Amino acid sequence: MEGPRACPTPVKPAVVRVRDYRRETHDTFTLVLDPPATGGAAFRPGQFNMLYVFGVGEAPISLSGDPGEGGGWVHTIRAVGAVTRALARLRPGDVLGLRGPYGSSWPLENARGRDVVLVSGGIGLAPLRPVLYHLRRHRAEYGKIALLYGARSPADALYLDELRAWRAAGELQVLLTVDRGDPSWTESLGLVTALFDRADFAPDRAVGLICGPEIMMRFTQREFAKRGVADERLYVSLERNMHCAVGFCGHCQLGPSFVCMDGPVFRYDRIRTFFEIREA
Amino acid sequence: MTEQGILGVFAGHKFLSGLSERHRLLLAAGARPFTAAPNQLLAKEGDTARCFYLIQSGHVSLGMHTPDRGVVPIHTVGPGEEVGWSWLVPPHRWQFDCRAVDEVHGLAFDAEWLREKCELDHELGYHLLKQLIGVLANRLAATRVQLLDLYK
Amino acid sequence: MTEPRAANPLFLPKSRLDDLIGQLAAAGFEVVGPRLEQQAIVYGPIRSASDLPIGWTDLQGPGSYRLQRRGDEAYFGYVVGPHSWKKYLFPPTLTLWHARRTGDTFTIEESNDEPPRRALLGVRGCELHAIAVQDRVFLNRAGQFTDPFYAKARQRLFLIAVECETAGGTCFCTSMGTGPQIDDPLDAHSAPRRGRHAYDLALTELDDGFVVRVGSAAGQDLVARLGLAAAAPEQIAEGRRRVAAAAQAMGRWLDTTDLRQLLHRNQEHPRWDAVADRCLSCTNCTMVCPTCFCSSVADVTDLSLENAQRVRKWDSCFNPEFAKVHGGDFRPSIRARYRQWLTHKFASWYDQFDVSGCVGCGRCITWCPVGIDVTEEINAIRAADGQRRLD
Repeated sequence: MEGPRACPTPVKPAVVRVRDYRRETHDTFTLVLDPPATGGAAFRPGQFNMLYVFGVGEAPISLSGDPGEGGGWVHTIRAVGAVTRALARLRPGDVLGLRGPYGSSWPLENARGRDVVLVSGGIGLAPLRPVLYHLRRHRAEYGKIALLYGARSPADALYLDELRAWRAAGELQVLLTVDRGDPSWTESLGLVTALFDRADFAPDRAVGLICGPEIMMRFTQREFAKRGVADERLYVSLERNMHCAVGFCGHCQLGPSFVCMDGPVFRYDRIRTFFEIREA
Repeated sequence: MTEQGILGVFAGHKFLSGLSERHRLLLAAGARPFTAAPNQLLAKEGDTARCFYLIQSGHVSLGMHTPDRGVVPIHTVGPGEEVGWSWLVPPHRWQFDCRAVDEVHGLAFDAEWLREKCELDHELGYHLLKQLIGVLANRLAATRVQLLDLYK
Repeated sequence: MTEPRAANPLFLPKSRLDDLIGQLAAAGFEVVGPRLEQQAIVYGPIRSASDLPIGWTDLQGPGSYRLQRRGDEAYFGYVVGPHSWKKYLFPPTLTLWHARRTGDTFTIEESNDEPPRRALLGVRGCELHAIAVQDRVFLNRAGQFTDPFYAKARQRLFLIAVECETAGGTCFCTSMGTGPQIDDPLDAHSAPRRGRHAYDLALTELDDGFVVRVGSAAGQDLVARLGLAAAAPEQIAEGRRRVAAAAQAMGRWLDTTDLRQLLHRNQEHPRWDAVADRCLSCTNCTMVCPTCFCSSVADVTDLSLENAQRVRKWDSCFNPEFAKVHGGDFRPSIRARYRQWLTHKFASWYDQFDVSGCVGCGRCITWCPVGIDVTEEINAIRAADGQRRLD
């Protein structure tokens, strides 16, 4: 995991324009934004921005585009609250406020030369997608790569065309599963952890990157542990209530950690104690 | 497939890991290689469970038939996993439709033969039960997590 | 603040305290200090010494606060009230910025709320430490983030500390190493965990005046304008005696040995259930705490929908909305909220800021409507260290 980086705007958002809007599923969409004039477009996979809709409010949204492309900033967002529903109404040319990027990132340096197993559930694939772009771009530097992705239903699964194209290209193993199938679904049915037996990786040289609902992450950690992947080689991305993103507001604390600053990506053994305490 | 070939599959299959040499040989005598074409039905809900399957390659979809939606797929079994516990639990009737998703290769055991072996040799029976209960426990836990509808 | 230390303490007669206040006002400072309001000693504007709670003291206990006449005319003969100085650095409500629609876009202007130059008169030892604790939260955080309003307001402060000569009914500064004596800012003996606690002037009250120590160049300039005489050795000794007596009289004690580890390892202690039965989750403790820093923001618009602003307000980990996200609440129970507050203050704070979040001022005990006493809670956990609830 790599630490946070200085951000010039701890309080005031920059105003940016929407370059592209794409509907992903019935409740999820992707916005491509012009990066702010100052600060450039660079971000590290796993980081997030605070997006502000005029007069409505602000929400933390992970970056889900290609970190090496240098184009617009890509955010895949689920419309579930007042702010995200307002974000869903934005179209190309509209403006919004943006602060960031904030937070820690996935351990792409430490993972070099190792097998990389990405396990995600639901919207949890969005913060991991930049990792997939990075791994593909630097394919030779990594060992085996497996993506295990679980969604509620085929209609809820994100980026399916892209994932299948990557699978067809043979660059990585893509295992997909849903809780509820439909007649068109020819991939797996069942919990994402049921895919572990089919994932091709060497436990002694694997790094696990996990993002999804907390229960799913707990079950996933147990699957890794069963196979001998130590907690020191597991990384999780956590969600907490965030207002400021810079450690001032206190909302996102988990034990000694501020999820906004010290996370959202944590090495599992470093957060385990508090992650496992109920209502911590 | 020769007995050597079958033993080779045994050695690599998770379900049979930890089995003694004696039991391995004993089971190998009853194992029969099978291939199922895509969409082929391996078992039909309600039928007598005459087989126990170990999957080597390919995927099997477990589903239940409903009047309004046809067969609703519930769970997918893949390489290194097994299909069927109805052979062990009276009244020995399949609980689900089991259909090959793609071309499936594996080993099949005759249910009656396997039950008899387990009755005669409780050590073998205990081993198979222990493996089976692990599979059942995982599937039960997974089902319960799915009931929580995590991604909503 | 590494100005040279003034050589010797000076003496400020009480009759000349108004001169000091006048000099501060003339230098452009808004002087704020203790004053009687609604039967409590709170912090507000001070125009002259007569605004001070002369002859009053505060009787405090768990869940109880009463003012009482002293038998003398002490200017600072009380302990601390419900206010803390943090309201001047980290205001309860602050507009962070304004946004205005212009055509198909909008602009955002940082709020031009300029904090005045303020002189705080009557800052206790525990409160100097509390300011130092919040400095660690809001200034150059993790080497990257600074709260702009806090930084400006902090830079413009003139701190006049006054040592406590009365032990309060709920405070325990001697346990936390924050008082009642105010250490010289340049003394090397202050341990790192006690934080920086620089002052401009430090006063020790005697019957007829104050022993004045100078802690900064700004303080030096001010006393130079007053032309004060050196304090007599007897006056200095009398001041020390009074402060030492207050330390002696301190009734409450908290054993801070390995406090961080003690609380971290007792997250499932049955005592959390017991305290949750009493706690009303009213947020009083967090509002009166001089170090609590949690806030939330509200984005609001005017009726024309052309103007929006972001307003930051104090928040509390006891509020039901505090840890909510879409799909759930990380701390639905009062047990979890109380545990978060107490373990943050006394344990995680060390991990985060290398200092205790508690300075021992006792406000959370006094202003708790049901009289929950943090020292009693922690001592109970220590007494049954390692016990776990059954579930």
